[in-house]
Amino acid sequence: MPVSIVNSRTIYDALKECDIRLVSALPETWLVHLIRAAEDDPEMILVRLAKEEEGVGVSAGAHFAGIKSAMLMQNHGFLASINGIVSFAHLYKIPLLMLISYRGSFGERDPWQTQGGNVTEPVLRALGIPYTFLDAAETVKKRIRQAQTLAESSLQPVALLLTRDLMWEEQ
Amino acid sequence: MLRLDCLRSIYSELENCLVVTIMGAVAAELQSLGHRPNFFYLQHAMGLASSTGLGLALCLPDQRVIVIDGDGSLLMNLGSLSTMARYRPRKLVHIVFDNESLLSVGGFPTATSTGTDLEGIARASGVPRVVTVHSVQTFKGAVIEAMNGAELTTIVAKVEAKGPAAYVTDLSLLENRFQFRRHIQSLKKR
Repeated sequence: MPVSIVNSRTIYDALKECDIRLVSALPETWLVHLIRAAEDDPEMILVRLAKEEEGVGVSAGAHFAGIKSAMLMQNHGFLASINGIVSFAHLYKIPLLMLISYRGSFGERDPWQTQGGNVTEPVLRALGIPYTFLDAAETVKKRIRQAQTLAESSLQPVALLLTRDLMWEEQ
Repeated sequence: MLRLDCLRSIYSELENCLVVTIMGAVAAELQSLGHRPNFFYLQHAMGLASSTGLGLALCLPDQRVIVIDGDGSLLMNLGSLSTMARYRPRKLVHIVFDNESLLSVGGFPTATSTGTDLEGIARASGVPRVVTVHSVQTFKGAVIEAMNGAELTTIVAKVEAKGPAAYVTDLSLLENRFQFRRHIQSLKKR
């Protein structure tokens, strides 16, 4: 499976440097190495979810507890979380650091991912969620730091779209 | 059995817990007994009160956390039972007031009115201790037992579909949210 182990590790290390101590996740292909890294890390609380929207509540609980958290999900999981984002994170000003694998965009071979790919950015914009891309190893650390800083200062959800260029190594 | 009487019976026990409630009647009735800084009312996002309690309990494992859920909310997020059961925080108590109704939107019956068994679902999800209660006395006993125990517990309390006259209170959502977090941070400094 050509998911980049090296770049997954770079992302995970950047999360750790931001003092992220809890990660909620629902597995998807591009996220497997990130989830395994969290699983193998005794300092990290990994919460495996049944549905991504639960992660909004889990991260809110962590925020109340004073623990910094991140959410790992596919863009379809983001789409499935929208009510939680709007009527909890936005309504109550809860910081969320959402790492969203951007499936269904250029280069996608799985037909079932493509519709979600079309709507991911328009939906982020419609919700007023600041977002940027993780698309090159050199800028991962800085962008994760900046995203987390903005989420904490503005008390709102912030999204990082994990792109094919970063996550997938073509064979 | 009235939910308000149940809440009144455990009100004094909630003083040293972190309490997360769902919206609507539960939030309004608990506030009518007296708001405290350790109470957080999730006034929307149905289903996520239990997820919030789970996040709190995993981050603060020595802190007693009480979630006050309802049948309508829990039915929207049944997966939460499986996630809670997966991590089974020892100090998390999950109370579900089951009035078989979406009371605050006009009393439409939920699936528990036609036989869906939340106790059975919780048990089959792997929650280690599950009980259903039908009287205030057994409710109070079950809550105190769960609070003194060391196992994730779901308590399904069958209550009448009766609520308060009004649902909006004078506590703003953001005031509640900031006060709740500040309270928790002050506990950590002690």
